[in-house]
Amino acid sequence: MVDKTLLNQALCGRHGKVFAEKMARAHVAVAGLGGLGSNVAVMLVRMGIGHLHLIDYDRVDISNLNRQQYTVADIGRYKTEVLQKYLLQINPYVDIKADCLKLSAGNIVEVLARDEIVCEALDAPDAKAMLVNEVLTVFTDKKVVAASGMAGLGSANDVVTRKISDRLYICGDGRSDCSKMPLTAARVALCAAHQANIISRIILGLE
Amino acid sequence: MQVNGEKILLTRRMSLEEFLLQRCYRLDRVVAELNGEIISVDRYGQVMLADEDVLEIISFVGGG
Repeated sequence: MVDKTLLNQALCGRHGKVFAEKMARAHVAVAGLGGLGSNVAVMLVRMGIGHLHLIDYDRVDISNLNRQQYTVADIGRYKTEVLQKYLLQINPYVDIKADCLKLSAGNIVEVLARDEIVCEALDAPDAKAMLVNEVLTVFTDKKVVAASGMAGLGSANDVVTRKISDRLYICGDGRSDCSKMPLTAARVALCAAHQANIISRIILGLE
Repeated sequence: MQVNGEKILLTRRMSLEEFLLQRCYRLDRVVAELNGEIISVDRYGQVMLADEDVLEIISFVGGG
């Protein structure tokens, strides 16, 4: 087992002690572990996040392999289980809470109670709106980093991070709908990277 | 009134819900921030818009 200090130094040491400490104390929920969520989770762990809350009710499907952080061997298994195991291989010391459930207006308050930042990584537009609306109206202090528009093969330069308010950020191009064009690894990961980047900026007090 | 950064003229008094429906937004896919406050969906019909309001509407598309 690799030494915790050594690993921590490798993951975020080059950014200094303050960076490492703030990332270690942060509590982030990733709602949805698909193309966005699985990528965001991996990036946050590699950046030294201390507490990660993984939420998804689904199992890995062969159609996920074109953009999600899963392999052929994972097909049929629960995403929470597979991703948690993979993330612990990157950093055995990260604190992971995995909830294999579907988020709804009825359980959001209980499920997300301890998370400071919620990464909205769901796929259906109504679920996205529901999550953002519920978290921002029920809670007064949590922040949401959502995503809208990442499908197709349009320019990567169209994927942006928009600050809507102090508590809401939206990443994506705002218009490319997966019902009209397919999702690809690069463009989805690009949007996920926007999410992971703004989440780390919020944690570090840069926003 | 300002909507998503654009100045628009409210022709008559209306609720947030009526405004959104008039502009063909799907109420189950939007987040509405009025004067810096996120309005919960169940209040859309009661919140009345005024000339000095600043409204930000996010209409989600699928994918993730």
